[in-house]
Amino acid sequence: MMEILDILANPNFWSASIRIATPLIFGVLGALLCERAGVLNLGIEGIFVAGAMAGWMAVWLGLGLWGGIAVAALTGAGFGLIHAILTVPLGLSQHVSGLGVTLLATSLSYFTYRTALPDVSTPPRIVPFRALDIPLLSDIPFLGPALFQQTALSWLALAAVALVWWVLARTPLGLAIRAVGDNPDAVDAQGLSVYGLRIGAVMAGSALMAIGGSFLTMAAFDAFFFGMVNGRGWICIALVIFASWRPWKALAGALLFGAFDAFQVRLQTEYGNAVPGQIFLMAPYILSIIALVVAARRADYPRALLTPWFKGQR
Amino acid sequence: MTDRQSPVVLRLAGLTKRFGSVLANDAVELDLRRGEILALLGENGAGKTTLMNMLFGHYLPDAGHVEIIGPDGRLAPLPAGHPEAALRAGIGMVHQHFTLAYNLSALDNIVLGAEPLLAWRRDRQAARAKIDAIMARSGLTVALDAPVSQLSVGERQRVEILKALYREARILVLDEPTAVLTPQEADSLFETVGRMAADGLSVIFISHKLREVLAFSHRIEVLRHGRNVGGMATADADETRIARLMVGAETATDPRPPMAPGAPVLELRGVSVAGPDARRSLTGATLEVRAHEIVGIAGVSGNGQSALAALLSGLAEPESGEMRLADAPVARFTPAAFVAAGVGRIPEDRHHEGVVPDMSVAENLVIEALGDPEVSRLGFLRRGAIRARTAEACAEFDVRGPGPYAPVRLLSGGNMQKLILARVFGRAPRLILANQPTRGLDLGAAHAVARRLLEARARGAGVVLISEDLDEILSLADRIVVMHDGGMREAASRDRAAIGLMMAGQAAA
Repeated sequence: MMEILDILANPNFWSASIRIATPLIFGVLGALLCERAGVLNLGIEGIFVAGAMAGWMAVWLGLGLWGGIAVAALTGAGFGLIHAILTVPLGLSQHVSGLGVTLLATSLSYFTYRTALPDVSTPPRIVPFRALDIPLLSDIPFLGPALFQQTALSWLALAAVALVWWVLARTPLGLAIRAVGDNPDAVDAQGLSVYGLRIGAVMAGSALMAIGGSFLTMAAFDAFFFGMVNGRGWICIALVIFASWRPWKALAGALLFGAFDAFQVRLQTEYGNAVPGQIFLMAPYILSIIALVVAARRADYPRALLTPWFKGQR
Repeated sequence: MTDRQSPVVLRLAGLTKRFGSVLANDAVELDLRRGEILALLGENGAGKTTLMNMLFGHYLPDAGHVEIIGPDGRLAPLPAGHPEAALRAGIGMVHQHFTLAYNLSALDNIVLGAEPLLAWRRDRQAARAKIDAIMARSGLTVALDAPVSQLSVGERQRVEILKALYREARILVLDEPTAVLTPQEADSLFETVGRMAADGLSVIFISHKLREVLAFSHRIEVLRHGRNVGGMATADADETRIARLMVGAETATDPRPPMAPGAPVLELRGVSVAGPDARRSLTGATLEVRAHEIVGIAGVSGNGQSALAALLSGLAEPESGEMRLADAPVARFTPAAFVAAGVGRIPEDRHHEGVVPDMSVAENLVIEALGDPEVSRLGFLRRGAIRARTAEACAEFDVRGPGPYAPVRLLSGGNMQKLILARVFGRAPRLILANQPTRGLDLGAAHAVARRLLEARARGAGVVLISEDLDEILSLADRIVVMHDGGMREAASRDRAAIGLMMAGQAAA
């Protein structure tokens, strides 16, 4: 028990939770935006990889860190456009198209990386985002190192939560996105473009996902590895349901998962001799499943999720 | 009465629309004057909804165009295929199937699309003030902040109309507005519409209920097979004349010969069936249906009719109470046991529960009789016998289509229903459950259904007729039972108003 309290009393645990949660926040926000418009985007896992690769590559080629973020976002939006064209005007199965985009984006990223760097054995490094020191706040004992020593991307993630919430809840555009995910006929009858709204939401959501991916190569690590996304995209798909499609709940879900993950790493070092390490690795996922089972019973899916809509067919 | 001199505000000129080989609208002409209530009448498939969808820009016409009065008072062509252009020109449309986002509040549904999309905030205060003013003027009131999913059907329809008025519609199109309303709600709707027309709103409403058309419209335009077949001032119209225009020949409703009821074929004693909510369950239902008797179940849909239908089909098991079929208690609640006990079912949703759309006419016809030695022997289907049986049944029941081996989905709604009738009546059932048997059918097919039900009654079957169409129940049923909130009560009189009050849950007058 004392060990557990020790973990919780260490500010490193809290800052690690936020660090682990940051890519998930972007991912879950992106998935939320797509699904609110009625499109499930299973391309998320591949878009994470593409964002991680493209962002890193841009920095490595000398575009600078923020240039890398922009390149990652554009790459994500591009894969989002593929998924959107297949599922919105063409009305193909969102599951099949999404998994296809994941395979395509993952393989294309590895292919590009290998083609650009054919002879490298150790992945080249870039200078990643550094933790920002915020005057005064960072110097508060415990709270400072626990909460206020994060990279700019973590703050950007927080801003993105506020932005997505504001757009969805308070702007006419957000109203239209919520409506198109519930009943596209309502949007069409009011003279708005169902296709335009859905394609736009999927592209914007995919851009957020790709920024989440770029956090991995540009802040968490400083290089691109194969397999580094490692299921984070799928976790986001589950977290959206846990968050019942609400941005602030999505933030809470991502932070919770980040905390589980940071906790299991530390437990592993404490009890790793007595219990197989895999048990700890499993723990966050098992806890996510349990949390989902509890939350999903009341899940209020966007009514038109997965349902294609065709102009002129009523 | 509209002044003949009122200016024409909308003109449909030669609108033509083709779906594959079907000519849905053939050079339809229509004029609408300011302040006029025009009833657009026609059988199902006459092309009324297609016409209105072209007017509103959901469909692109193959020929012809729409002209609408502009701010200068002159008619100008409306660009085709753009709902937003129709909205801007002042056309508001209330679709038969509401186009509301259920997760949004009434206010948000009304405002949706009426403000520029790209803005950092919404002016809900101004929107609310404008809607409040419209509600005060029109008498259409709804709770603005509740999600639409919590509103009643009548309130949802008011939201739809408010949507149009918020966009300053000067022409309002109502597609079968009373299909889901109680008679009282329908009357109050038309009262409101009449008041708004007196203020200069022009209204087109689509209906096939002759009573409300005669009571509330100024002018009637009839479509048949996608063509104009006649128009008249409502003052000069009568039911026979309109019906003749709609179907092309005079149709008399079949008389219901008096008949002494026989032994009970169905008894429910205090039967309760659990449903997902009170409106979809049955509470303490008591019902007796005897041979030579049609019992009409009236009520607004969603008051337990689906639970009753599931019970009588063997799809739901009662929680309490007793059910007897032909004086024997029912022990096994499975569809097969009910078919074997002589229950014939005409389901509400014929596409999903009545037929297997991708299977052939012949296969669908024998699907309930697979144990019959005439249909199958030693586990093999007897194709010759099935073909003969199909030919016979299609001839007798007038099922028209591309042939016995064509998939059923290619049949029209009326022919699909006749196929179901052929299947049900081919087994000479003792009890018939007819759930909305004429919904969506044209007059000709509806008459065929009514005639078959009366024949079954004469033969000695008992019929449970569930219908939202009170006129149908009044013309066919020997006794009338009203459902409200899962409860059943027998109507003491055949008075429309009294039954309407019972449908709304009020004590019988």
